[in-house]
Amino acid sequence: MINIYEVLETNDMIEKENLDVRTITLGISLLNCIDSSLAGLNEKIYNRIVSVAKELVPTGKAIEKEFGIPVVNKRISVTPAALIGASACKTTEDFVTVAQTLDKAAKATGVNFIGGYSALVSKGMTESDELLVRSIPKALASTDFVCSSVNLGSTKTGLNMDAVKLMGQIVHDTAKETADRDSIGCAKLVVFCNAPDDNPFMAGAFHGVTEADEIINVGVSGPGVMRKALESVRGADFGTLCEKVKKTAFKITRVGQLVAREASKRMNVPFGIIDLSLAPTPAVGDSIADIFEEMGLQRAGAPGTTAALALLNDQVKKGGIMASSYVGGLSGAFIPVSEDQGMINAVEDGALTLEKLEAMTCVCSVGLDMIAIPGDTKPSSISGIIADEMAIGMINQKTTAARLIPVIGKGVGETVEFGGLLGHAPIMPVNQFDCSSFINRGGRIPAPVHSFKN
Amino acid sequence: MKKTVVTVVGKDSVGIIAKVCTYLANNSVNILDISQTIVDGFFNMMMIVDVAGCSKDFGTLSHELEQIGGEMNCIIKAQREDIFDSMHRL
Repeated sequence: MINIYEVLETNDMIEKENLDVRTITLGISLLNCIDSSLAGLNEKIYNRIVSVAKELVPTGKAIEKEFGIPVVNKRISVTPAALIGASACKTTEDFVTVAQTLDKAAKATGVNFIGGYSALVSKGMTESDELLVRSIPKALASTDFVCSSVNLGSTKTGLNMDAVKLMGQIVHDTAKETADRDSIGCAKLVVFCNAPDDNPFMAGAFHGVTEADEIINVGVSGPGVMRKALESVRGADFGTLCEKVKKTAFKITRVGQLVAREASKRMNVPFGIIDLSLAPTPAVGDSIADIFEEMGLQRAGAPGTTAALALLNDQVKKGGIMASSYVGGLSGAFIPVSEDQGMINAVEDGALTLEKLEAMTCVCSVGLDMIAIPGDTKPSSISGIIADEMAIGMINQKTTAARLIPVIGKGVGETVEFGGLLGHAPIMPVNQFDCSSFINRGGRIPAPVHSFKN
Repeated sequence: MKKTVVTVVGKDSVGIIAKVCTYLANNSVNILDISQTIVDGFFNMMMIVDVAGCSKDFGTLSHELEQIGGEMNCIIKAQREDIFDSMHRL
């Protein structure tokens, strides 16, 4: 039988160290909503989402109450809208109405984000893909809860550099469309290389076409728990450190697994995967950067940070994989800047630069995440940063992403406040040398060779 | 059997256990195990109870326990045992 010390340990994790289940994300296929009439399409999308997801928020709340563990977000991901709207949407404005329908459905079901306003263009863009991509600035400016993502490349196909070029412009335009709100539209827009079909985390969640009609995916969290656990092995060797990370990740993931199974049973929707990510929040102590400091680095970004992140990411996976029957999504450690107080401090102290973050993304689960850059950054430079990040993912056979926020009207030295889970961010300097002739070449970067790995 | 863990955390005072046990008895909740300890000067009690015979739903039970806790300046939580089992048992 469970003893009092185990109960106290669990409850301390929840109450003092911010242990929570970060998100229950209900994936919904919209393939059966495809219609050649725009009105018909929007009606079907709305009805399908609202009927499938009506129990999501009440179920999440009931689980929260019964197990005493916060389930912070309840979210929905849908089939990439570029596929669903291909038959009905003839203009960018048509696509914007689909975004507005998704937003309306999200509000009706009480979720806080809906992902899947997406296009998968790793090799080429269809007319519909391009219309959707070009509609993103207006779509994100005229909705509150819709998240958008675009997959620009993969290890198998190479990089679609035409789309990379276009996305530099789209990120810039999205920032301009939401300039009155500190360019917050860009916080809901992410580009990927090797995007997973089952990611429960926003802004990149979409319900891939390889998935069933409906599925429950759960994202766990717990940087605060990890940092606290590592206090007990201060000064110990790397073997001991890694064991501690692994065991702690196991415990965190088991809670996620329980919540996922329970939600799946109650909603009668199959369980998909657990995403084993350490996802920080702006709450003090709930930070990846604090874990680095506990490991012995003065600040995130100090020499040794990439090694620290590599071991953290790998041990989290090793512990988590044993704790869950199905693991997927992004799984690893997120290193967003604005959502992590320790990372914000590191940037403000001059310890962490964009270039060091890029190096760190070679070994972590995602990429350049929630990074505020000067509003006057050229679209071609944004494309250049995206291309670098996509190349890391393509060559290393991993998912990488970029969520960059050019804050219109602000420059280096200023900060931007998004509020809530998105936090605040200091504007980081971008290399001022030009890359437009490189980006303007257009075409594709071919898929990499899978041998001779050096 | 539906096992639930009830925890009471707060400053030690006369009658805490009595009050919680009376409430549980009145609601046909059977106590299977009970233990307590002092951590950082705070009274910590844990009960493992069976709520299968209780006519109230889980939400009501846990809310009423919370209220009793409020009256005695301590925090009372009811959680399904599964969360602890998942985390601490293979």
